[in-house]
Amino acid sequence: MISVRVANKLDSAAALEDLRKSILARRDPNKTCVTVCNSTGCHTLGGEKVAEAFRQEMARHNLDVKVDMRVTGCHGFCERGPIVVIKPQNIFYTRVTAKDVPDIVSETLRNGKPVERLLYQDPSTGERIVHEGDVPFYKKQKRLIFGNNGNINPNIIEDYVTVGGYSALGKALAMSPDDIISEVKKSGLRGRGGAGFPTGLKWESTRRAHGDIKYVICNCDEGDPGAFMDRSLMEGNPQSVLEGMIIGAYAIGAHEGYIYIRNEYPLAVRNASIAIQQAEEFGLLGKDILGSGFDFTVEISRGGGAFVCGESTALMASLEGEVGEPKAKYVHTSERGLWDRPTNLNNVETWANVPLIINNGADWYSRMGTAGSKGTKLFALVGKINNTGLVEVPMGITLREIIYDIGGGILGGKKFKAVQTGGPSGGCIPESQLDLPVDFDELVKAGSMMGSGAMIIMDEDNCMVDIAKYFISFLEEESCGKCVPCREGIKRMREVLTDITEGRGTEGDIELLEHLSLVMRDASLCALGSTAPNPVASTIRYFRDEYEAHIKDKRCPAGVCKGLIHYYILDKCPGCGLCVKACPQQAITFVAKKQPVILDQSKCIQCGACFDACRLSSIKVE
Amino acid sequence: MDIKVKETKGQIAAILESYHHDKKWLISILQDIQGQHHYLPREALVEVSEGLKIPLSQVYSVATFFKAFSLKPRGEHTVTCCMGTACHVRGAVKVLEKLERDLGVNRGDTTANGKYTLETVNCVGACALGPIVIVDGEHSGQMTTDKVKPLLEKYS
Repeated sequence: MISVRVANKLDSAAALEDLRKSILARRDPNKTCVTVCNSTGCHTLGGEKVAEAFRQEMARHNLDVKVDMRVTGCHGFCERGPIVVIKPQNIFYTRVTAKDVPDIVSETLRNGKPVERLLYQDPSTGERIVHEGDVPFYKKQKRLIFGNNGNINPNIIEDYVTVGGYSALGKALAMSPDDIISEVKKSGLRGRGGAGFPTGLKWESTRRAHGDIKYVICNCDEGDPGAFMDRSLMEGNPQSVLEGMIIGAYAIGAHEGYIYIRNEYPLAVRNASIAIQQAEEFGLLGKDILGSGFDFTVEISRGGGAFVCGESTALMASLEGEVGEPKAKYVHTSERGLWDRPTNLNNVETWANVPLIINNGADWYSRMGTAGSKGTKLFALVGKINNTGLVEVPMGITLREIIYDIGGGILGGKKFKAVQTGGPSGGCIPESQLDLPVDFDELVKAGSMMGSGAMIIMDEDNCMVDIAKYFISFLEEESCGKCVPCREGIKRMREVLTDITEGRGTEGDIELLEHLSLVMRDASLCALGSTAPNPVASTIRYFRDEYEAHIKDKRCPAGVCKGLIHYYILDKCPGCGLCVKACPQQAITFVAKKQPVILDQSKCIQCGACFDACRLSSIKVE
Repeated sequence: MDIKVKETKGQIAAILESYHHDKKWLISILQDIQGQHHYLPREALVEVSEGLKIPLSQVYSVATFFKAFSLKPRGEHTVTCCMGTACHVRGAVKVLEKLERDLGVNRGDTTANGKYTLETVNCVGACALGPIVIVDGEHSGQMTTDKVKPLLEKYS
């Protein structure tokens, strides 16, 4: 598709509306369009090759004029990528490879028929589903923030304009800053980065802070392992984030903004850079935005891969070119933040909510959700789940609905054990709490937190002590080391947990961990340290029996902790010898064909190589 | 001065110039240098300190604080094992240990022949494919210990 450039910058909201009308008039809504997802997930699975195959195949059939092709951002259903959707019928193809493209072109594009084998098959009924919206994964979702990802090419600003982009900015620039802030306050929007601080209040205090120079920052550092919502949004719809930032900057009175992106997200960095450049060309960023007299510029700063930089003061230090160490917040960053100026920092998802609120009003927005948590929330649903992917759900939906109705239940029909929310600062929630509504306050009551939105599902094969050790080891590396409770507390916790998982646990270890948790919670400088005990405290709270089994019986019930497990060869082993080859210790001896191999426990290092090599489930772990 | 050092000097001067010698872009400048050299050579850090007029200790404190930076030269191939939570619960530890055994190095180190550097990453966000190993930017998903050897052989 050829991008249409405006000759002059847009000088008013009316000029923007005229542009929207003229682009829409040029585009035929009934024209067939092939959309290919090329977000990081689908790209990894070969999305770009699929797109290239479509280009060639369509040219070969002389369809490249009659049919449009659009490379889009994330559809969320990463488990089934690469995803291809044929519009306007919305025929939804999953796990498409370059080899499938000729069939799609000849069947669907030429004859209008779906290719059966590429349609999603409902695992419970076996029925093939043609349309995206009918797939169970999408049925309970409410895709307000994420919905346009599949409709637009993130590198073409006109695409964003056709779906109503920047109409909220036009509206906001005609409002007074105070009216915008009161609208955002009324909407009940709370920060999506994790802590859930009311966005409108934050804006208000930055607006009221003294000083001529103020900043706004978009936090796209997303350090939680297992979370990739912000990345997908920045990759798939960066203009919606920019629009939110411009509205926020206008309301606050800031003229400079920064987007802080992890350098491990190269596609997000690229798409955000292109979005800024195009917004500048259109007069939506820079001097005299839409003729309103308001100036605002945005620059991108790439993070250096430090988890602590998700913390606002550490992020600001890093933006100044310093080491990312947090500061004590005696003075709020809304008064003295970046370069000691009043600074407002919000997360990617928070910014993307702003245009929705301005366009549809606070009343519309606050009708969604629970008493204390409004709107929708993005989650990365990962781990031992059938439908791995990104989901957007209304606040108040239960964890059970997310895991079973949207996520399709546990991988391989195993038994659910826990869901971990909030990343390394969050906690593990057991089966008994699955009917909990997704809500900032309810999740805290259950000993976890909303966090940025990683939701990791664990099954019976996961050891909860090992999970606690995993998060604590992660935090030990990521603690900046500035304050003692965090630096030393985490280290001690890791030592105690290592002892427990390696069979050296003693009576009193659980109590010691609980005591350490309290000290760290109360005495740490920033949220990294004060929330670090959450994974430990929550697993002790709900899975104390697993800790006791490790300490008292020297047993890991899930069969994970290396020091406490043994591998055994079952009698049904036919002696194929695959494990003999795989064993790095020569601990397994071949006897004869059709006879079980023999495993020498004194040589075994519990590496699991035999277990992975065995094709006949003839090895068990206990 | 040999040609290589001269060339490096020219490249670093160009990078500093593109950021207008503004010290707020220190992290981005180091990222660009690392992008070219795959690590941060000492001479480069000295030049950055002089170019931005900040103490060398400050450049070092930033270069050693952030995970993205390496002060040691890297191998010909970079093998990165994802240790994100989703990969962890699906058995990434076993895969990493197998990589360490097969390559004969610990995480963070380079093999004696300079061929491979083994690294870990906290999450690459392709969780549907976990456990994931990335070699020179190419992702391999659903890794198990028995897939490690064939994967490494592709790069031998």
